Amino acid sequence: MITVAAQERQNYLNESYGIKSWLLTKDHKRIGLLYLGTITFFFFLGGIFATLIRLELLTPKGDLVAPDTYNKLFTLHGVIMVFFFLIPSIPATLGNFFLPIMIGAKDLAFPRINLLSWYLLVIGGCFGMYAMLAGGVDTGWTFYVPYSSTYSNTYVIATGLGIFIAGFSSILTGLNFIVTVHRMRAPGMTWFRMPLFVWSNYATALIQVLGTPVIAITLVLLICERSLHIGIFDPARGGDPVLFQHLFWFYSHPAVYIMVLPGMGIISELVSTFSKKAVFGYKFVAFSSVAIAVLGFLVWGHHMFVSGQSVYAGLVFSFLSYFVAIPSAIKVFNWTATLYKGSISYATPMLYAFGFIGLFTVGGLTGLFVACLGIDVHVHDTYFVIAHFHYIMVGGTLMAYLGGLHYWWPKISGRMYPEGFAKLSALTVYLGFNLTFFPQFILGYLGMPRRYWQYPDEFQVLHVMSTAGASVLAVGYLMPLIYFTWSLRYGAIAGPNPWGATGLEWQTSSPPPAHNFEETPIVTTEAYDYAALEAAKVG
Amino acid sequence: MDSHVETLALREQFETPAQQKEASTLGMWIFLVTEIMFFGGMFLAYAVYRSIYPNVFSTASNTLNVVIGAVNTGVLLCSSFTMVLAVRSAQIGNRKALIVFLILTMLFGGVFLGVKAYEWNEKFVEHHVPGPTFHLEGTPMQGQAQLFFSLYFAMTGVHALHMVVGVGIMLVLLFQAYAGKYTPDYYTPVDVGGLYWHFVDIIWIFLFPLLYLIGRHHH
Amino acid sequence: MVDHLLYFLLAVSVFFTLGIFFSIFYFAIRYRRRSESEIPPKVEGVMSLEVAWTAIPFGLTMIMFFWGASVFFTISRPPDDAQQIYVVGKQWMWKLQHMEGQREINELHIPVGQAVKLTMTSEDVIHDFFVPAFRTKADVLPGRYTTAWFKPTKPGKYHIFCSQYCGTKHSAMIGWVYVMEPQEYQAWLSGGATGSLASSGEKLFQDLACANCHHLKDKGRCPDLRNLFGSTVPLSDGTSVKADEAYIRESILSPAAKIVAGYQPIMPTFQGLVTEEGVLQLIEYIKSLTPKPGAQTSGVGAGAPRQKISKR
Repeated sequence: MITVAAQERQNYLNESYGIKSWLLTKDHKRIGLLYLGTITFFFFLGGIFATLIRLELLTPKGDLVAPDTYNKLFTLHGVIMVFFFLIPSIPATLGNFFLPIMIGAKDLAFPRINLLSWYLLVIGGCFGMYAMLAGGVDTGWTFYVPYSSTYSNTYVIATGLGIFIAGFSSILTGLNFIVTVHRMRAPGMTWFRMPLFVWSNYATALIQVLGTPVIAITLVLLICERSLHIGIFDPARGGDPVLFQHLFWFYSHPAVYIMVLPGMGIISELVSTFSKKAVFGYKFVAFSSVAIAVLGFLVWGHHMFVSGQSVYAGLVFSFLSYFVAIPSAIKVFNWTATLYKGSISYATPMLYAFGFIGLFTVGGLTGLFVACLGIDVHVHDTYFVIAHFHYIMVGGTLMAYLGGLHYWWPKISGRMYPEGFAKLSALTVYLGFNLTFFPQFILGYLGMPRRYWQYPDEFQVLHVMSTAGASVLAVGYLMPLIYFTWSLRYGAIAGPNPWGATGLEWQTSSPPPAHNFEETPIVTTEAYDYAALEAAKVG
Repeated sequence: MDSHVETLALREQFETPAQQKEASTLGMWIFLVTEIMFFGGMFLAYAVYRSIYPNVFSTASNTLNVVIGAVNTGVLLCSSFTMVLAVRSAQIGNRKALIVFLILTMLFGGVFLGVKAYEWNEKFVEHHVPGPTFHLEGTPMQGQAQLFFSLYFAMTGVHALHMVVGVGIMLVLLFQAYAGKYTPDYYTPVDVGGLYWHFVDIIWIFLFPLLYLIGRHHH
Repeated sequence: MVDHLLYFLLAVSVFFTLGIFFSIFYFAIRYRRRSESEIPPKVEGVMSLEVAWTAIPFGLTMIMFFWGASVFFTISRPPDDAQQIYVVGKQWMWKLQHMEGQREINELHIPVGQAVKLTMTSEDVIHDFFVPAFRTKADVLPGRYTTAWFKPTKPGKYHIFCSQYCGTKHSAMIGWVYVMEPQEYQAWLSGGATGSLASSGEKLFQDLACANCHHLKDKGRCPDLRNLFGSTVPLSDGTSVKADEAYIRESILSPAAKIVAGYQPIMPTFQGLVTEEGVLQLIEYIKSLTPKPGAQTSGVGAGAPRQKISKR
């Protein structure tokens, strides 16, 4: 039983008050919470656009909004969800909060740069909001030229600037994480004793640092093309629109691994804790993360199989794309094997983990379809692709994020969320998700193209199913918003280790003190060593 | 309790000054890698278009003033030399020398920027700035010639921007040096600022031959 | 053909999906936590298992790659006997031209059993010509030609979609392919031709005064266009190039880009003086100046029914 006196102990939340103490904080935990607020806002904003899209698609005719408006809806949905929600999400919230604690450090290597990262995201977001409110942008989140450079009459430049600035937020976070992992591990915390969540964030940081600058310069060139008409992508002046695609996808493909790798890291933690077992094949999972980061840079051309690039380029990219699938498969098998002879709990975080593994498997397998040259010609730019990436981004990353939020909520807030409601919302999300997106695989195979405001009648039934699923999904997402907020006041008080998990974050109080630990920990056990945890308890 | 009084040389989050120095240095190296990727996109675009339109690019490149470009290259190399001397001065605790070398580095940087401004003005006068008034003698492929100059201005422009930031960094270092903040035990900002300066120099070392020296041996 | 490949991937996917789902389901129930204090046994990693579940998926993916690549090669290589159709995409419509001269907007009439090769370009932004029923798709780019081909096997009406987002009416840039029995197709052809593409091209050739330099009777100041199409052209910088559609288009719109060896760079550009459709007509005319071996004639005069070649 935790007494009230313990709750009043100084922790990072109550050690100082006032808006300045938050807006000028150097504490990685507070910065993580600042990010939590920001990305939650963007998530629901992106969700509103998704809702409007699905409502329009209930009927074959375009009858809810004008076609130009619809084009802005899907563009803003993509831009907000990718650049302002998914890319920052896990690393900037849970990564920021827990990476230092997990390796026994007092903070990240560069706390003020960490705060700057948050401000950059907010400022970039302001540019994006300005573009949205002033009239929107309708190029698609992929900004293909010449449409975006010469033909679109919308706020391309403002949006581009917003993404550019937010990109630096991502770069600096990645830089911070890499230096922290290399230089600030506590004594005894060797690389192979680190939790897999740290490995995932490290691999993600590598991508952030190497990939993001390329989209930065691509956007700069696009903005110059649009404002100064320099001709770099204009065929009439010798430019090549396909060059834009190469530059764009060189970042945007690794970007999808920025989005999914941290989620995979969370799943490793959840599967381990809620089976009370070390992750099966720890080193394989760790190396797989790095392999995905490296291989992810070699496959961008698989977005361009029908773009007019040469057949031989297509061959190379397809071939390499199959390589990058393998480490992900290895992880799925290792997680499943972790369950063998474990002690499996059905707490909400574990339900999300189960959901992730299943849905990510489907998403990943359908990736094999689109990587296949012969099949991609048919399904490229159809709803099949949309279904594929939503299975990974939403069925994967978002589920992992929710699982991680539930898992670490007691540590972050000192309170437990209500388990019954949480289980219900996990189930709602799972069912709503499948109903929304599975029909889209079929739609795509039947030929329904992407980004269509109106469509032939024969596709309607599947679209109606998809929209029905989306409404269920929306309910599933609103529920945590409500009960997490509720729990801040009325949730049960949480002890330091409500799950019986290994990991340094569970050795300190809930919420943690401002400097994370009373004394610098000295690490003597391997990762996920439940026997040692048991022995420590008894002893 | 493990906390200590925070000083410049030992910030709160670090255990030892050595750890802080290593972290700062590693951080700057990683930042420079991101800069390589940033410039890399433009280098790639340049490489692609140059391979498709070699003759036009050669004609356009020949209108650039090689002498001025070479002088600027020399200026930057000198500035990197004075920067190295600045770091060395900080290392041995010679505050006056440090200040002198920082000022010299800034002066060289300023000269570079001034010469660049002169060059750009020349291009403007010769109607080599992409836009409605563009015209390049010696080729009917005006569109492709504009491509060369667009990339020229983009690449040297982004480089110049980084130079300006570099001079700004030098200024900050100068103020800190004047206030006596640097000792042989703690001069990491000078070290790390030096890394940045050298990097901007090296980018120019690549830009100069790629932009100015194509096909010069033909005539 | 594409569908068989798809079924293979589907089978593999279903197998692994069900496998993972059932494994999780089974483990989660069999090993559910029965008391808070139970400690599971430590299970060491098993190397052979890791190797197995790396190697087997890798083998399967390599099958997918090679099979997919071979299908892709077929998709990318039009057969020699394919009937040529030209497509120009613009916001927000498809303009199609038959060699016999028929022009269509958002519709394509073709006979069943005859391979069709599309040569396509855009007047503005990137579009994409997609016929789901034929498993055919290719981006349509400004300033360049891209190609696609298919051979319809069943008469009927099939969707055409634009599948590269191109602005306001992207979702309205749709149409139909009408695959007809050969007799119906002939009937359709003979109603309303205004002269074949090549003859329109010949007229343009005169109107634009190309004939003033390109004499076609002798070698003048300008390269001889007879027997040009498909040959290898030596250039003034020592390289050489194949005289295909793209080369001819570039020579008309950007003549200074490649100068034929032994000639002066005196040809003016026709950018702005001729439309994309006009360029295609000129290309057809120039093609007609190179007699083709075999039963095919391309160009002048209404075409005879296309020969059916049995292999794809």
